[in-house]
Amino acid sequence: MLTSSPFLAGCAGIQSALDPAGVEADAVAALFWVMVAGAAVIWLAVMGVLYYATRRDRVVHSETFAGRVILWAGAILPTLILTALLAYGLSMMPRLRPWDARAAEDAPLRIEVVGEQFWWRVTYHRDGMEPVVSANEIRMPVGERVTFTLRSADVIHAFWIPSLGGKMDMIPGRENTLTLEATKAGIYRGPCAEFCGSSHALMALAAVVMETGAFDEWLARQAEPSPGVGENEAGRAAFLANGCGACHAVAGTEANGTIGPDLSHLGSRVTLGAGIVENSKAGIGRFIAETDHVKPGVRMPAYRALPDEEIDAIAGWLKGLE
Amino acid sequence: MRLIPREVESLWTLFTAPVIWAGHFLAAYIGAAVFCAKQDLLPFGFGGVRAYIAAITLLALAGIVLAGFLAWRQWGFGAEDPPHQGWSREDRRRFQGFATLLLCALSLVAVVFTAMPAIFIAECNP
Repeated sequence: MLTSSPFLAGCAGIQSALDPAGVEADAVAALFWVMVAGAAVIWLAVMGVLYYATRRDRVVHSETFAGRVILWAGAILPTLILTALLAYGLSMMPRLRPWDARAAEDAPLRIEVVGEQFWWRVTYHRDGMEPVVSANEIRMPVGERVTFTLRSADVIHAFWIPSLGGKMDMIPGRENTLTLEATKAGIYRGPCAEFCGSSHALMALAAVVMETGAFDEWLARQAEPSPGVGENEAGRAAFLANGCGACHAVAGTEANGTIGPDLSHLGSRVTLGAGIVENSKAGIGRFIAETDHVKPGVRMPAYRALPDEEIDAIAGWLKGLE
Repeated sequence: MRLIPREVESLWTLFTAPVIWAGHFLAAYIGAAVFCAKQDLLPFGFGGVRAYIAAITLLALAGIVLAGFLAWRQWGFGAEDPPHQGWSREDRRRFQGFATLLLCALSLVAVVFTAMPAIFIAECNP
């Protein structure tokens, strides 16, 4: 138990394909276990033959017999097994990939995710609603098929939430489509799965699967400015005076930049800085002052020249944007 | 006119089946790629691509089976067991026939594997 536990630790948790919480991830996990079971049977059979061939009082077989063994066990049987596995894998593809682009376009919930160095721009397109902009987190209702439109603004990134489904690249100049259906509510994690630069390993997103009613309430709140906008006057003034609004948008203020992540409801996100910092007032302050240390290579400059009180005020205001 | 080609003594017959495999692979993948890129201009749907792949697959398999038969004949229909490593011209001929037969079997499986996606996939990926 003690020796195997470090290996089993990867079999569960918020970022494991072996602990599926979605229809697609279930299929991927089933494929994996079929492969493992098949490989175990073949390994045992090969080891059995090895034992048979090397034991001390072995029988010498005729060359004809040996030739037959090689033909059947070495060529025909492996071909049949590979054919079956290929058929099984291929038969899953239409379910794991949306082949009908028009059906994907008409989905009642479409989430557009754009990979950027080193964060995710997220836009929700819900039937009968204006698009809602967010960043670094996706929320989706449980039991509903959601279409993802995946793009990139700079280099190749890859979108992968192992608990929910397979991986899909985000390629500059291309629009890739993925659909996912979550079966269990919870918070999962999706890392950027294609090397995209110095902070590639610091680019992740939280995927929050909610009950349908809760999701729609949440989305309706996201469509409106946060009530926190009016509080903490000094923080808001410092945010605007230091030009943060040139890159970041906060609904309900004059900040409408689109270069960096939308911060309209930053306070209620699960993580900060695309999955790398705890979302707290201290975390926000640290991100503002030490951006280059927290996330090397990111476009936002570090604002360590700002007085501590001002950083503190900005962080307090941003944390209040729920 | 002969129905079955006369036996030729050339190294080139060794490559018949792999060449058919390569041609089939390119024809299948390039055909599907061209269809998906130009599907709005074409008068038929993805069913046409599947029928095309089925046709070239049958053609390729027939070619490989024929090449396999010729190789079997060159091998002397298995009258002697491999490895045919003597110094005689007859050994050289049988060795090449047997090697060609094995390549035919490999190519046959490869052509079937190449065509299998067309059974399951019925649309272009958007």
